[in-house]
Amino acid sequence: MLEYTSISELVQEAEKRNIRISELVLEDQALSMEKTSLEVYEQMELSFHIMMDSVKEGMKKDQRSTSGLTGGEGFLMNEYAGKGEGLSGIFMTKAIARALAVAGCNASMGKIVAAPTAGSCGILPGCLVSLYEDRGFKEDDIIMSMFTAGAFGMVIAQKASIAGAQGGCQAECGSAAAMAAGALVELMGGTPSQCADACAMAISSQMGLVCDPVAGLVEIPCIKRNVSGLAIAFSSADMALAGISSKIPVDECIDAMREVGEALPASLKETAGGGLATTPTGRKLRDQVFGSKGV
Amino acid sequence: MNVFDIIGPVMIGPSSSHTAGAVRLGRVVNKLIDERTLKKVEITLSGSFAQTYKGHGTDKALLAGIMGYKSYSPEIRNALEIADERGIEYSFNKENISGAHPNTARIHYYLDDGSDGVMQGASIGGGNILVNQINGMTVEFNGDNNTILVMHEDKPGVIASVTNLMHWEHEDLNISNFRLSRLHKGGEAIMTIEIDNPPPDSLVDDIRGIDHVINAILIRRV
Ligand code: SF4
Repeated sequence: MLEYTSISELVQEAEKRNIRISELVLEDQALSMEKTSLEVYEQMELSFHIMMDSVKEGMKKDQRSTSGLTGGEGFLMNEYAGKGEGLSGIFMTKAIARALAVAGCNASMGKIVAAPTAGSCGILPGCLVSLYEDRGFKEDDIIMSMFTAGAFGMVIAQKASIAGAQGGCQAECGSAAAMAAGALVELMGGTPSQCADACAMAISSQMGLVCDPVAGLVEIPCIKRNVSGLAIAFSSADMALAGISSKIPVDECIDAMREVGEALPASLKETAGGGLATTPTGRKLRDQVFGSKGV
Repeated sequence: MNVFDIIGPVMIGPSSSHTAGAVRLGRVVNKLIDERTLKKVEITLSGSFAQTYKGHGTDKALLAGIMGYKSYSPEIRNALEIADERGIEYSFNKENISGAHPNTARIHYYLDDGSDGVMQGASIGGGNILVNQINGMTVEFNGDNNTILVMHEDKPGVIASVTNLMHWEHEDLNISNFRLSRLHKGGEAIMTIEIDNPPPDSLVDDIRGIDHVINAILIRRV
């Protein structure tokens, strides 16, 4: 059984057997969960379907968060994307709309799949649903690619962290982008080592990102960080597919991420004690939701 | 850890610790209540739970869990209304429980048969929980496994009787974690036993029949 303590281990094993990382992981997970490959695959299929539902739910015009601080971002972006004049092109603007929609669905107490967390739940569906709906990728390939994403996430969780409270937002949106980048490369027919390169470049791009949620709520800046995570996932995947490699090997990037996460002060790790949370407007918004006295 | 700990859980947002974990804490109380009828709950929120519960729906999530809903049930959104319909009284208050994890809740429940109980636990991140206290006694379990709580008198041989019974009568039961806590020597004590396999239905009744055992409860994975 696989240990998931190193991405290069996954790459070597997949390349040795000449299979995709996702195939390796599906087989291994079925074994360790004492289920059939089909059962494990079907559980992932269900997750993908829930992701598509969250996109729809969060795209609604009247989507509002429980706190009232945010809402309607997915709808606005989708309208804009529909005009076809977006700077980053129709494909990207629509993908951005999907990431916003899923993150918004989460903020309004909708049903989502944490990937790897609730705060970063828009990145993977933003990427994958876009390839499915706008690029004609087959559903089973998309679902398989989620095993590659999941495996990269497991390594990051074990070697660094996927919790904002422990590692800052690099651990949440950073990990999500790194996972998505790997999945995208695999879908596009890249090699296992290109998947690892994309993962490494995505981690490098968000190294040090702090967790500073206004009022301690998973909304500001979280919802929009799903968009930057998505953009980094696509750009890292494209770089890897173009043949650009990460100069720092992926496992070393993950080690660096842990080290940086540990070095971040507590005020920038989900305590709402710094960053955007303590800006004058951040404080005002907090008071608006919880009253000026706090607790 | 498996791949669905990363791509998952499927949950109602917005926060795995403040929403999904809160549902699971509530579910522990649901298991403690079992088939009996709940009349009233007093929920005390501490630390970050106290500060942000409104924006995260922590109040709804706890109540939904107490009523038996899961962290992916859409009913969480309407938990307050559902409790009203079922005639369950509820109150939320904030208090700093000293020394407790920042996301701690204490739930005092009252049943229509006149009995009551208290559970205190924390949501420790990623939807994971740790139950710290039951009826004033220290316990420690995370609800990921099937957990058996045995309330008993602190007398020599009780632990051996329980574990012997598990081994000899229910041979394939493997204990993955064991903890003992007591109020004072010779007083009331509690065993927390986590097991790997799903326990047979008769196990808890068998344990209740052991000398000096006051009660035993099975909390299936939440
Ligand atoms: S800012 Fe913090 S709470 Fe928001 S998504 Fe990032 S890690 Fe999660």
